[in-house]
Amino acid sequence: MFEDFNWAVGGEAGDGIDSTGKIFAQALSRAGRHVYTSKDFASRIRGGYTAYKIRTSTDRIESVVDRLDILIALTQRTIDENRDELHDESVIIYDGERSWEAEIPDHVTGLSVPLRDLAEEAGGAIMQNVVALGAACAVADFPIEYLDSALEKRFGDKGEAIVDSNCQAARLGQSHVEETLDVSFEYDLETTEEEYVLLNGDEAIGLGAIAAGCRFYAGYPITPATAVMEYLTGRIEQFGGTVVQAEDELAAVNMALGAARSGARAMTATSGPGIDLMTETFGLVAASETPLVIVDVQRSGPSTGMPTKQEQGDLNTLLYGGHGEVPRFVVGPTTIAECFHKTIEAFNLAERYQTPVYLVSDLALAVTDQTYPADEFDMSAVEIDRGKLVESDELSTWQDEDGRFKPHAITEDGVSPRALPGTPGGVHMTTGLEHDELGRRTEDPELRNEQVEKRARKMETAQETESWEVREFGDPDAETLVLSWGSNEGSIREAMDRLAADGIDVRFLSVPYLSPRPDLGEAIEHAETTVVIECNATGQFADLVERDALTRVDRVNKYDGIRYKADDVEAAIRERVADPAEVSP
Amino acid sequence: MSSETVHFTDFKSDKRPTWCPGCGDFGTMNGMMKALANTGNDPENTFIVAGIGCSGKIGTYMRSYAFHGVHGRALPLGIGAKLANPELEVMVAGGDGDGYSIGAGHFIHAVRRNVDMTYVVMDNRIYGLTKGQFSPTSREEFETPTSPEGPQQAPVQPLALAFSAGASFLGQTFASHAQRHTEVLEAAIDHDGFALVNVYSPCVTFNDLDTYDYFREALVDLGETDHDPTNYASAKEKVMDFETTHEGVIYRDPDSVAYDDRKGLAADATELPDGAPDGVSALVDEFK
Repeated sequence: MFEDFNWAVGGEAGDGIDSTGKIFAQALSRAGRHVYTSKDFASRIRGGYTAYKIRTSTDRIESVVDRLDILIALTQRTIDENRDELHDESVIIYDGERSWEAEIPDHVTGLSVPLRDLAEEAGGAIMQNVVALGAACAVADFPIEYLDSALEKRFGDKGEAIVDSNCQAARLGQSHVEETLDVSFEYDLETTEEEYVLLNGDEAIGLGAIAAGCRFYAGYPITPATAVMEYLTGRIEQFGGTVVQAEDELAAVNMALGAARSGARAMTATSGPGIDLMTETFGLVAASETPLVIVDVQRSGPSTGMPTKQEQGDLNTLLYGGHGEVPRFVVGPTTIAECFHKTIEAFNLAERYQTPVYLVSDLALAVTDQTYPADEFDMSAVEIDRGKLVESDELSTWQDEDGRFKPHAITEDGVSPRALPGTPGGVHMTTGLEHDELGRRTEDPELRNEQVEKRARKMETAQETESWEVREFGDPDAETLVLSWGSNEGSIREAMDRLAADGIDVRFLSVPYLSPRPDLGEAIEHAETTVVIECNATGQFADLVERDALTRVDRVNKYDGIRYKADDVEAAIRERVADPAEVSP
Repeated sequence: MSSETVHFTDFKSDKRPTWCPGCGDFGTMNGMMKALANTGNDPENTFIVAGIGCSGKIGTYMRSYAFHGVHGRALPLGIGAKLANPELEVMVAGGDGDGYSIGAGHFIHAVRRNVDMTYVVMDNRIYGLTKGQFSPTSREEFETPTSPEGPQQAPVQPLALAFSAGASFLGQTFASHAQRHTEVLEAAIDHDGFALVNVYSPCVTFNDLDTYDYFREALVDLGETDHDPTNYASAKEKVMDFETTHEGVIYRDPDSVAYDDRKGLAADATELPDGAPDGVSALVDEFK
C-alpha cells in the first residue's frame, strides 16, 4: 500500500461536492492527519462535473498526485473523468439504486451503496453525501468519530437535531459497507495526536490581513479571489474593521485608496481581469504615495480565459502594468502558510515605503485546503510597522516656512512623513498630477526630477535594507538549479524527494519576491543547468531571471489550466538531467 | 473642532485659481467654504475629494485635507475615506463629466449606499478643460466640435437618476445665487446620509447656451414656494418635471440613516497596536 491516501468526491455542480469534501478533509485533519486538497470545478452553478480531492498522510504533503484510492461518484462522468487515476486497489462508492447505471472499470472495485435510501432513513435525501462519507470511513478503516466531529463543526449552528441526523446518516453508510456488503479492504487510515488547522490560501490571506491590522476591505466578487472577501466578512468587524462589496473593481480599489488616505490599513483582492481595471488607480496610489495592498489571485487568461483554472500569467502586468513609471512591490507567497506571512509583510512594506504592494497568489493556493500545526500562525510574532506616520507634536519639522505640511518632502531615503486627515497642523492635499513637496501640481522640470528621483529612491532604500530571502531546498552544490515562484513549490519539493531517492540531487530556490527581488546571479553561475518552472506559456519569470543574470535558462512551462503535480515536475527534471537542453548563452 | 474661531477664509488656500474670469466654479467654491465653516467644520477635520477637469482643481484652491484622484472615481475614494474615519467631514466635488459620464456607475451606487457625505457636482453642461466637447448634461441641440449637429441623445437628468436610486437628499443650486447655494450646501452637510447638490456653474468660455443669463431666467427657486422637501410626492413631481429647472432643497428624507451609522463603524479604525490585535488567535482556532 501507499504511504499516502487519495480520496475524491465528484458529481455535478450543485450536488454539494465542495462541502462534502471539506467535511471529510476536516475529519482527517482532526484525526491528526495531514491533508492537501484540490478541486476540479467549472464556472457554473449547476450541472457539469466538479470534484473535491484529498490527499492525506501522517507526513507533511504539499502536492497532488495522479492516483485515486477511493472515489465517491455521484455521476458517471465523475468515473470517466478520473479513469486514468484509478488502479487495481481503487474503490468506487456509488448509488446503484439511482437512475444512472454505473459503468465501473473492470480493474476497480465498485461498491453500490443505496445513498439516497439510507439518507431518507436518517431523515432526508439531502444527507446522501454524508452516507457516502460514512461508507468511505468503512472502506478506509477510519474512525467515524472524527467524521462526527467534523459534522458537528459544519452543522453545529443549525442545531443538535441536524448534527445527530447527519451522524446517523454516516453510520448507516458505514454499517451498510461493513455488515450488508461484508467486504474488507487493505486501507487503514492511522490517526495521530497532532493538532492541525485546515485552511486555504484565500483564508490565509484574510487571516494575515486581520493579524496585520487591516481594517478596511473593499472588493468585487471574482473567482478565485472571492473567498478573501467572504472570509473577512463577519470577522474583520470583530476588530473594528469593515468590508464593502463595491459596484466594480474600479470602485473597490478607489475605496481602499480612500480608506488608506484616512489612515486605515486597507486592502482589496481580485484576479487578472480586476487587476486590469485597477491599473489606472494603481498609478495614482503610487503617485500619491499611499500604502495599499492589492491582492491578485491569478487565474487563467487572457480576457475571461478559464476562470476556474490555474495559471501564473499575470507577472508581467504586475511588474509593468500602468502608464508612466510606477514604483511598486510585487510579493508572491509560495505556500498557503506563506500567504499568511507575506500578507503581513506586504502591509508593513506598504506603510514603510508609502507605496502600493501587489501580493500575487494563484488559484492553486486559493482553492487548496491544507493542514498546518496551529503555531505556524503565531500571532505573538506579528509586528506592525507604520513607517513615518507623524503625530501632531512632530509636525513642525515637516512644515515649510509658512507652516504648511509637506506630504512629499524630499528625504534621503525617499520616504516622506505622513499625516492623517484630522491631525492638527498636517493639513495638505495630494494629487495624481506631478506635485511639489506640498502636494500641489507642478510641471517645473527641477521639481519633477526631484519627485521622480525621490520615489525611485524609496525602492533603492528598500532593496538595500529589506531582507529578500529566497526559500532554499535540496543540495546547495547540485549541478541542476531549479527556480520557481508561486504555488509550484510543493510539487517541486516532492519531486526532489523522489529524485534524491534515485541519486539525482537538485538545488531549488523558491522565490517569493518578484520586485524588488533577490540577486540570483551567483546561484545560476554556480550551477551547470538552471531550470525555471512556472505555470504560463511564455516564461515570464524566466525572462526576468535571464535579464537579471544576463544568461539563458531552460524553461519548463505549463498552461493547460492544471497545476503542476509532483509527477510532472519529476518527469521534466529527469528529462533535463538526462539530456540538458541546448541553451545558448 | 473649534467652530467659533473658524472663518470661511480659513478654507481658502494661497494658490490662485486658474479658472477663467467669471467661471461659475468661483461661486461654487465660495459657497462650499462658507457652508463648511457655518456648519462647524474646520480644515483639519475636512477631507475634500476632487475629480478631474476644471472642477477638479477645487481641492488645490481650498485649504483642507484633500485628494485629487483619477477621472470619475472621486465618489468611491470619498466613501473609503469616510468609512475608515467617520469623524471626518467628507465632501466630494467634481464636474458633470466626472459624475454623470465616466463615473456614472459609481454615482448610482453612491446614492443608494447613502454614506454620510456631500457630493457637489459643478454642472456646466460642457467639457471645459478639453476645450468644449458636449457633456452628459448637454442639450440635444448643443453644437460642439464633437457634435456639429448636436449630441443627438437625451441629456442625463441627474436628479431623476438619483431619485430613482433612492436618494435621501437632493439639492440644486446656481453658483451665482450665493445665499441660496450656501444654504442648500449647509443642509446637505447637516443631512445624515449621501447628499447630492447639483450646482449650475456656467462655463463662460465654451458654453454659449447655458449661460448666467439663461439660468437666471430659467430657475424656479423652491425657497420662494411652499414646496416641502420632506414630501416625497411633491419632490417626485419636481424631479420628473424636465421642463422646469428648480433651485433649492428638492428632497430630504428626514428618516435617513447613513450607511456608516447602520454599519456601526469604529471611530478608531486608523489606530493600530504594535502587534496583532488582541483576540486574533481565536481566528486560528476556528480552522481546527
